[in-house]
Amino acid sequence: MIAVSEYVHNIKDTVSTIFEGMAVTASHFMRKPYTVQYPDRMPVRVQDTLPFRYRGILEVDLEICTGCLACERACPIDCIVIVADKDQQTRQLLLSQFDIDIAKCMYCGLCSEACPTGSIHHTTEFEGADYSLESLIRRFVQDPVMAYKAKKGPETDPRIAPILNRGMAYLDQWAQPGGEKPGGEEPA
Amino acid sequence: MQTLIQNLIASGLFGKNPPSELVAAIVVFVMSALVFVAVALPFAGIVTWVERRVWARIQSRVGPNRVGPQGFLQWLADGVKVVCKEDIVPDDADARLFKLAPYLVMLAFILPWAVMPFSSSLILADMNVGILYMTAVTALTVVGVLMAGWASNNKWSLIGGVRSAAQIVSYEIPAGLSIFPVVLMTGTLSMQGIIRAQGWAPQHWFLFANPFTFVAANILYMSSLAEANRTPFDLPEAESELVAGFATEYSGWRYGCFSMAEWGNLFVIGAIITTLFLGGWQFPHVTNNVVAMNVLEVIAFLVKVLFLVFVSMWIRATLPRVRIDQLMTACWKYFVPISFVDMIGTAVWVTIWPEGNAAMGYIMFAGAIVLGAIFIQRVIYYLRRSRMEVYFNPTI
Repeated sequence: MIAVSEYVHNIKDTVSTIFEGMAVTASHFMRKPYTVQYPDRMPVRVQDTLPFRYRGILEVDLEICTGCLACERACPIDCIVIVADKDQQTRQLLLSQFDIDIAKCMYCGLCSEACPTGSIHHTTEFEGADYSLESLIRRFVQDPVMAYKAKKGPETDPRIAPILNRGMAYLDQWAQPGGEKPGGEEPA
Repeated sequence: MQTLIQNLIASGLFGKNPPSELVAAIVVFVMSALVFVAVALPFAGIVTWVERRVWARIQSRVGPNRVGPQGFLQWLADGVKVVCKEDIVPDDADARLFKLAPYLVMLAFILPWAVMPFSSSLILADMNVGILYMTAVTALTVVGVLMAGWASNNKWSLIGGVRSAAQIVSYEIPAGLSIFPVVLMTGTLSMQGIIRAQGWAPQHWFLFANPFTFVAANILYMSSLAEANRTPFDLPEAESELVAGFATEYSGWRYGCFSMAEWGNLFVIGAIITTLFLGGWQFPHVTNNVVAMNVLEVIAFLVKVLFLVFVSMWIRATLPRVRIDQLMTACWKYFVPISFVDMIGTAVWVTIWPEGNAAMGYIMFAGAIVLGAIFIQRVIYYLRRSRMEVYFNPTI
């Protein structure tokens, strides 16, 4: 008798739970989809909605690069290649190559933490698809340029000052509350 | 069919006094090719797109929407992609069986179309064993699936194939037994004969003829889903356990054959249930124009079949996959005994009321309407509780 009641009970359970389940999915069927239609049916670009310290594709502001090679040393997968030589006549650092291989980069952000001026930083750009691996290597130096040399006191050059301010603001974003500021040995 | 062949011979299209067997053979080949290319293949393709859209909406997504208007041409893109892929035969596979298997599965999908009753005159062959033929040829799938699983020489494929064989063989029994009540009531196996025994109105359908046929219809539907390897009975190709089951080693066109047969079988399932229990193509006699009447009948048939196809997508989006022991328990401990009860119950019913019980039809139909009303009330309850925006527009 117990077996029979259990048998009937099982059938009743199955039918009623499937009935309820179908009602739940039917109600979902009538709801508005959540999905945001990426990329061409949005009111603003996705890149503009991302936070300041979003880790997108790396970019270098050569104007404030000191040529210290800290980022190259910090990179765990050696995707940054920098060639910086002392100019024999002017006794200044001359940057002749600054390549970042975006195909290798794993967006860990260690290079931008090590940078003393915030020259190397992540952008909010993330669409990096391309047709060849070669074109994924970003070459920032076209002609050899002088490395930036920090001045005593605030930056006076009106061309460089806003870029440096932006770089330092970027570094401040990385600062841990209560901890030491990363890359903070050079005052702004 | 006979008159068509006579007319073709009389028209002189095949020269003077052609052998009538040859003309008949040509007509049969051309017509079956037409049915296959114009109905079966596009249906199998389009239903993949519809299915993906239906799942997407149930899962609060949008689904394919890039290829063509609302992504409608997605199935063509998928088809072209599949055909363009390399057809790999593994080194260790039994090449001959491996190549043959997809065509057997495909065959089991194409053969039922011969007795598909689209309307009172649109049917390729109204065999006097129609429904028996239908169940016989759809069971041919098991040969192809087991062959694919064995010939692939891959443990996942083999487990998938064996599971499929066990499943199809087991569920053949409740499916076959659920056909009996209808056969008992009509005394015929012919598809057209079964449909003609029903009426266009729901209370004259065999679904509502008596409580036993109602249960039999549900058991037949679930068993057919199990035979077609549909969720919740998709153990043979359980992605999380067996990669793709018996189709793991296949690629290119041969893989396309498997998936096409799988989706196309949805139509066959819907057609079987519609013919047996939902009154088939029956439509009220509104015009004396034979062509118009046939068109209306085809529409009535397709609406019922497509509703059943939709329900199977809905079930697939609702229920999780069952375990193999649950699958066998459901079949042997529940479906088989209940379908035996159905069969005997219907036999007794037919003995008491040989002409059927008209009042029961109305009572059953009223009960179904009440059940539907309760269901709609539950759906409205869940919609209210979620406080979501209701959106009936199928386009996004």
